[in-house]
Amino acid sequence: MRTIFERGAAEAADGIFPACDVPVKEAAAWLGADLIRSKPPRIPNTSETTVVRHYTRLCKLNYGVDDGIYPLGSCTMKYNPKVNEDTSALPGFADVHPATDERYVQGSLKLLYELTRLLQGVAGLPAVTLQPVAGAHGELTGMFLFRKYFESRGESRRTRVLLPDSAHGTNPASAAVAGFSVTEIASNARGTVDLDALRAQLDDTVAGIMLTVPNTLGIFEEDILEVTRAVHEAGGLCYFDGANLNSFIGRARPGDMGADVFHFNLHKTLSTPHGGGGPGAGAVAVSEPLVDFLPVPRVVKRRDRYALDWDFPESIGSVHSFFGNVLVAIKAYTYLLQLGDEGLRAVSDNAVLNANYLQERLKRTYALPYDRLCKHEFVLSSEGLAKGVTTLDVAKRLIDYGIHPPTVYFPLIVHEALMIEPTETESRETLDRFAEILERIAAEAREHPELLHEAPTRAPVRRLDQTAAARNPVFTFPFEADLV
Amino acid sequence: MRYIPNADADRHAMLRQIGRSSIDELFADIPPSVTDAHRPLDLPPKSELEVFGELSRLAEANTASGRVPLLGGGVYDHYIPRAVHHIASRSEFYTAYTPYQPEISQGTLTVMFEFQTMIAELTGMEIANASMYDGATALAEAVLMAERIRKRGRVAVAANLFSHDRRVVETYAWAAGVELVDVPFTPTGRCDLARIPEDISAFVVQSPNAFGVIEALDGLKACLGDALLIAATYPLALGILEPPGAFGADIVVGEGQCLGLPMGYGGPLLGLFATRKEHLRQLPGRVAGRTMDADGRIGYTMTAQTREQHIRREKATSNICTNAAHCALTATVYLASIGAGGLRQVALLNLEKAHYLATRIAKLKDYSLVFDGPFFNEFVVRPSGGNADAVRERLEAGGFLVESPRAMADLGVPNALRLAVTERRTQAELDRVVDILGGKR
Ligand SMILES: Cc1ncc(COP(=O)(O)O)c(C=O)c1O
Repeated sequence: MRTIFERGAAEAADGIFPACDVPVKEAAAWLGADLIRSKPPRIPNTSETTVVRHYTRLCKLNYGVDDGIYPLGSCTMKYNPKVNEDTSALPGFADVHPATDERYVQGSLKLLYELTRLLQGVAGLPAVTLQPVAGAHGELTGMFLFRKYFESRGESRRTRVLLPDSAHGTNPASAAVAGFSVTEIASNARGTVDLDALRAQLDDTVAGIMLTVPNTLGIFEEDILEVTRAVHEAGGLCYFDGANLNSFIGRARPGDMGADVFHFNLHKTLSTPHGGGGPGAGAVAVSEPLVDFLPVPRVVKRRDRYALDWDFPESIGSVHSFFGNVLVAIKAYTYLLQLGDEGLRAVSDNAVLNANYLQERLKRTYALPYDRLCKHEFVLSSEGLAKGVTTLDVAKRLIDYGIHPPTVYFPLIVHEALMIEPTETESRETLDRFAEILERIAAEAREHPELLHEAPTRAPVRRLDQTAAARNPVFTFPFEADLV
Repeated sequence: MRYIPNADADRHAMLRQIGRSSIDELFADIPPSVTDAHRPLDLPPKSELEVFGELSRLAEANTASGRVPLLGGGVYDHYIPRAVHHIASRSEFYTAYTPYQPEISQGTLTVMFEFQTMIAELTGMEIANASMYDGATALAEAVLMAERIRKRGRVAVAANLFSHDRRVVETYAWAAGVELVDVPFTPTGRCDLARIPEDISAFVVQSPNAFGVIEALDGLKACLGDALLIAATYPLALGILEPPGAFGADIVVGEGQCLGLPMGYGGPLLGLFATRKEHLRQLPGRVAGRTMDADGRIGYTMTAQTREQHIRREKATSNICTNAAHCALTATVYLASIGAGGLRQVALLNLEKAHYLATRIAKLKDYSLVFDGPFFNEFVVRPSGGNADAVRERLEAGGFLVESPRAMADLGVPNALRLAVTERRTQAELDRVVDILGGKR
């Protein structure tokens, strides 16, 4: 893969910016020579032709949702409607500075206010902040809220957060960044929280629990009400990781299950694209006792005007430079308006049907450690497929068939995990083809395991040497001048 | 619903195949009291045509977009070459996930690697990560990282940081139990280096700072003992300014919006994070590394992951997962499009135009520049007679957008306006600003 540093370099890149139309002095005359850059950054000067061809070639080495099924469990890689891209790019939204006086940005403020109200309705909770910009950022905001809540009650001894062993890595990491220690709760044989193990931990050092609903096995905690009740009775709070909202949106609300904090991933459930790793949006909904602690500023409506309100003295402060990823919020709002109540329910109906359909078929070929009704995703295991064949091999072989692999090796409680989330935007025909290929790979694993070990052979590169990458870290382009 | 390809007939067939009689059966595991409590949003579905119309009307209600912004303070009205939009709109880029499967993500990964290289070059540092959420969270994470390295429980912070950066740093530091100590500024607008306290894990400085003034970084590192130097920077200015890396900074962060991103009412933004190799193990966020494939061809993959949450969980260097990858891609394409030459040119345009306006305003009878330190593309003006609000009103009536004087007052600089000038401002616009300030109509 050639980089931009190996192309062009001395081509003509001028003509983008005009000559200066005001009288000029030398930069050093304004600033003094000491402040002036002594060595230019090594960024090549490249013609537009070269730049466009370079990045067009690179984009073709990628696989996106527009290329086909993207069954990454826990990531909800659904189709991203094109209209979202266009509404968020309208100049009226895109070219607005965050310090603009409120009277000139009534459109954006109204949209943020209305989106907040819709998300409150989806969550069944009384207040929402749009400030967090990713799922993990929402978690962190939630953990800050936990902390502030207990500080305000003089209960700073509550320093422990409980987490099921199936939790996503961001959950314990977010709790730790907010200054909590983490206690893991083992799952029971059914893949859900073990109530007795939970109760054994509940005391007055517990700030609360972080739950993923449904959990990362794709299983709904049937005891959810007992779990949240037990935590509340012990004086704790309940955090719900909403990465899996796609499985019950339009049908059930976290607020009715006992959630005190719930984060949305707009870049999953509400169809905003993932962008190859962001930008996302991680709106957070909270229960009544936490409302005063939400980040500032908050978007409020005063008669028929929308405004930013900073006057919340108990707030945790700010978690983002401004008001969160507004342009991402616009995409989510566009999506919500199109779907309406009916569409939202259709999302969860079809997401769950697609997952159960695939689960029923694939469990005949792959091990299904928790064989029960699933929600929007399920977790298979490659264990026992064939001797010496790993989940990584299966994943890489899928690439040879032109399909993006599922999430692998997560959740940690399943060995050789293959976590499959089809989403509602895949057709039955696509699901059948995906299943057929996984079945063919299982047969290959027994008969021609080398096909799996050597895979991929039809991708832009063969399997990459991860160990070498870690052992001999090269994070920047090795310019020749630096190599001597 | 055209985002759901299956029709009723498919659903019936699928249900039959899995031995279920209805979709409701698939939700039997949710307690009935929960589903009974569910309330719809009272939101009827709408066609794309209607929704596009509704969103267009909201966009038009933002009357800001027809006005000329003199707004800055971390986000700026820069020109974005059109080719940048075209490349960034390739759905192979924007509809991909984080590159967990490198063999079919070489596009994203090569760009990450290019981005890291460009940011290291710009800042004068050895390594950079693949992005943070925004400049403010990058700075907050830098403070946490320095505290992990030096563990003194105290970090000194220049009082002339952008307020939004300061606010986010405060939130993160509060939760981590890190005490922040203010370092005041002098009449130059620069921070008073003689007032940096002892026994700190790090000192945080921003250059250009909240007054647009470029800090004197030369020799600063030497007076910090073994405390780390964290510098927040404006990457576009580094087209002409000596980068913090050249002055021995340990961590350099910045807001990358100026590198080809729209202002977007403040989001999405792009957090930059660069440091020295010796601190790699404490670096937050994702990094792409160069390696070989099984045939010995060069390729790229995410690496150094033993720092990250999915492996280290509560012991990770950060909780960040999804970052601002597509913004980083946009910045990479922007920098590739303009090159080092274009970056220097655009930085000079900002500098010259801002100085043109500042010089003309300073000559007006009733105005003065509040600080006399060197500045880049924004500066602080004070009208005599305590009427900054009225001056702002006059500029706004003339079609300009100007930040409220409250922004400067919050930093201890009352009755003053911060004005930013980018390459997009023309001499005619700037002359008009001077005319309005000078009382001409
Ligand atoms: C269950 C779960 N929680 C949290 C996250 C973190 O979300 P984000 O990547 O947006 O920070 C993810 C996604 O990666 C997830 O799958």
